[in-house]
Amino acid sequence: MHARVLVRPKAGILDPQGAVAQRALAALGFAGVSEVRIGRLIELEVADADALPEMCERLLANPLIEDYEILSDTP
Amino acid sequence: MKFGVITFPGSCDDRDAQLAAARVGEVVPLWHADHDLQGAEAVIVPGGFSYGDYLRAGAIARFAPIMTEVVEFARAGGPVMGICNGFQVLCEARLLPGALLTNTSLRFVCRQVTLALVNPNTTFTRAAKARLSIPVKHTTGRFYAPPAELDRLEAADQVVLRYAPGHNPNGAARDIAGIVNEAGNVFGLMPHPEHAVDPLTGSEDGLGIFASIAGGCR
Amino acid sequence: MVASSALHEAARALGLSDFETSRIVELLGREPNEVELAMLSLLWSEHCAYKHSKLLLRTLPTEGGRLLIGPGENAGAIDVGDGWAVAFKVESHNHPSAVEPFQGAATGVGGILRDIFAIGARPIASLDSLRFGEPTSERSRYLLDRCVAGIGHYGNSIGVPTIGGEVYFEAPYEQNCLVNAMSIGLARAERLIRSAAAGPGNLLVLLGASTGRDGIGGASVLASAELGESDEAKRPSVQVGDPFAEKKLMECSLELLERDLLVALQDLGAAGLTSSVPEMAAKGGVGIDIDLDAVPLREADMEPFEIMVSESQERMAAIVEPAKLDAVLAVCAHWETSASIIGAVTETRHIRVFRGAELLGDLPLDVLVDGCPLYELEPERPIEPIYPTPARVLDSTDPNEILLALLASPNIADRTPLFEQYDCIVQSRTIRRSGTADAAVLALPNGRAFAVAIDCNGRRAAADPYRGTVEAVLECAANLACVGARPLGVTNNLNFGNPEKPHIAWQLTESVRGLGDACRALAIPVTGGNVSLYNEGAEGPIYPTPVVSLVGELLAEPALAGRLAFASEGDAIALVGPFEPSLGASELAKLRGEPLPDRLPACDIASVLEAHATVIAAVSAGLRAHDIAEGGLAVALAECCLAAGLGATVELEAVAEAALFGEAPGGFIVSGPREQLPGRIIGTVGGARLRIGPIDLPLDRLREAHAALAALFD
Repeated sequence: MHARVLVRPKAGILDPQGAVAQRALAALGFAGVSEVRIGRLIELEVADADALPEMCERLLANPLIEDYEILSDTP
Repeated sequence: MKFGVITFPGSCDDRDAQLAAARVGEVVPLWHADHDLQGAEAVIVPGGFSYGDYLRAGAIARFAPIMTEVVEFARAGGPVMGICNGFQVLCEARLLPGALLTNTSLRFVCRQVTLALVNPNTTFTRAAKARLSIPVKHTTGRFYAPPAELDRLEAADQVVLRYAPGHNPNGAARDIAGIVNEAGNVFGLMPHPEHAVDPLTGSEDGLGIFASIAGGCR
Repeated sequence: MVASSALHEAARALGLSDFETSRIVELLGREPNEVELAMLSLLWSEHCAYKHSKLLLRTLPTEGGRLLIGPGENAGAIDVGDGWAVAFKVESHNHPSAVEPFQGAATGVGGILRDIFAIGARPIASLDSLRFGEPTSERSRYLLDRCVAGIGHYGNSIGVPTIGGEVYFEAPYEQNCLVNAMSIGLARAERLIRSAAAGPGNLLVLLGASTGRDGIGGASVLASAELGESDEAKRPSVQVGDPFAEKKLMECSLELLERDLLVALQDLGAAGLTSSVPEMAAKGGVGIDIDLDAVPLREADMEPFEIMVSESQERMAAIVEPAKLDAVLAVCAHWETSASIIGAVTETRHIRVFRGAELLGDLPLDVLVDGCPLYELEPERPIEPIYPTPARVLDSTDPNEILLALLASPNIADRTPLFEQYDCIVQSRTIRRSGTADAAVLALPNGRAFAVAIDCNGRRAAADPYRGTVEAVLECAANLACVGARPLGVTNNLNFGNPEKPHIAWQLTESVRGLGDACRALAIPVTGGNVSLYNEGAEGPIYPTPVVSLVGELLAEPALAGRLAFASEGDAIALVGPFEPSLGASELAKLRGEPLPDRLPACDIASVLEAHATVIAAVSAGLRAHDIAEGGLAVALAECCLAAGLGATVELEAVAEAALFGEAPGGFIVSGPREQLPGRIIGTVGGARLRIGPIDLPLDRLREAHAALAALFD
């Protein structure tokens, strides 16, 4: 089955990539963008969705600096 | 002193670490897929781009077969030094606290920097100079730990090297360039001491770090 | 037999001319099918066949001296003593970089690295020669930023130091940027391997990444046509690189060669299997059968011609004796590199493409590889100027303001923000890092060292293609002299516009003539190189840009390899060489918005070479040296001061603008203890200001101006 995991920088971690994207949006004339943070989408074909949390804890995310979210359209 | 230097797929500065270690001791190359430290008395996890830095720098290398033995060796008190990518691997393996994040500049930076030796009493720094000129070269070298953890590290003398004022190349918290673990036997640093051992190619200030490790040999 | 109109139409869409299509039918005695036509269109493209340049290139000196491998192989190589060989080559990736600059530049680096280890040399260094439009253009800033990032990404990840290069900003490159990637490798001379396939019954093995749709019709087709408005449509044609895969492939290939497990090795570059396999067979006088079903694919439903022309990166083709196959597969497994038997060597002198048992295409090599017509150029010296006059950006006649404007000009400003993005020290061989000397210097395993630089001033070549190219070679040799090295071999990348236009044909012809004459004067062979044509668009052609790179042996002791910075307070400064500067085609003339002169002054090559020898001797004795190039004497002196953090006081008899800012070959600044200096003493090192006649500026202001490029990378 198809699983999707979002991995994001933890709140409070400086995200220079997000900051650059925010400035670029402003430079393009998009007003009112007050914050941008950039994470990753990981898509997997898995046999067993129950293993996903452990996959995230052990490899796909670094819990010190990242939060992960198994997207709700994944059973 | 027998230095074991690990090569992962994608390691680049393994040969350089071997050359540096060979100046003060014996070198045994260690292959990532083996479960054997081959009698190494100190282990070096070198710089480079293990596994292409894919997913996160060091995230995949930490699970290499040889790392089982490295973790065991470290838990038993053996000296382990992680340089640049090696520092990243040791943090991912939880042998060291904290994590390395992308440089604030978002760019790779290769530059000779000046370091202040904060803790000269470790296995790795006993024979090192108080101020060291050593190159850095990385995209992901910004050391991070939550503020409470940083306070703890500083109070426990686990901060070993700091970038001298004006020399912080990556935005690392509190200018931290290198740390040891609580037991003092695992050392991680972003600068490359193996590229500062020969006056022909740079400074010699990194030699003291290798000599310190060799001096701890029984 | 006559080609049908249907065939002509299909062939035209693939870039073949009607003449070429008719020629194909005539030589084959039949019409080619779809797979065969695709293969022919690529091998007969400009990029693969060099059809407009090969006749000219044959006039270059390609033998003698320390040559080990000359043009025609994956890379050239020279003997650097004690059984060591240095392999090197430069190649362009211009059109792909204009379309997708990060990946275009990255895969350019990847491609030239493969050419180096394909001949059995371990890549030990890279250099890059870049050209963009003025940085006032947002597009050019974007291309600069992404190309530098791409070069760094690939070179740093694979552990090969990027130790030098150059970048120029000129309006004629706005629509056609240039990315020339050079790489250098080290090998024992007797271990160098060639690419000729041999031994009917031997196996064709494909190593490395799986084959996908990358770059289908990519590099080759793009390089055979001018870029138009619809770049977007060409985007799917760009290759995506994986330096991690190449690192494993490289270590695998080098180990296979070290263990003598291969008969031949070839990298897969432009046109993929279609160019590599026939070239291996043609060189060996044999044939090769390929089975497409055996090629590992990244996408399931690829058509035969797609598999044949795919430019998926990080792949090599090897010829293996059946008895050695198991050993080969074991080494590949150790390095996590895929290896698939996809064909075999035959005696047929044909390339036959199969899908399982089904024969899809069968072409004789003498048609496929050797049948492409070679065209004589029809050069005509242009009567009218080709290039628009640059914009005037400097009005002042005050020498202080002129010097500051030159130091801040994009072609002269400090390049540290660029080269700090490159790892220049991995592999522990770098004796002189970027920015510290006029050439890069690397240690050899025998305790000696070699030097390398890469140069070309396209604007001066535009003024005078013959003399401008001679100057490029002399400039490069001058840079080597300033570290104490003597040139041993040259590689070159000729970047020009559309050679079917008579004035471009003239530029190319004159440039190659200049290249040949200069190399003969230096008595060094051309070991190989690359030609990139059709670099023009609606706005016109690029400047003729014959990029040259010289590799030389360090005659000075490695520890004394030259540096450009002044050494100490109190050192004397001398001007060495037959330096006759003039302002025509200079950087100052450009800032003033002056049109190009219609020729450059002649120079006395013999006197210039004598000056090189003098400089080498000076450096060998421990003196400092810096070549005078863009911006003239004043800029060169400023550069020596800034590198040292020391000022200087210089007195000149003539302080006219030409003396201060004029350009010409054969001028050097040499500094050190007064009694040791050759040439004419002109000043003294010391203080915190630079004074040259009417010029009087503090170092701080020079440094501020010189840091102009940093803003482009913020």
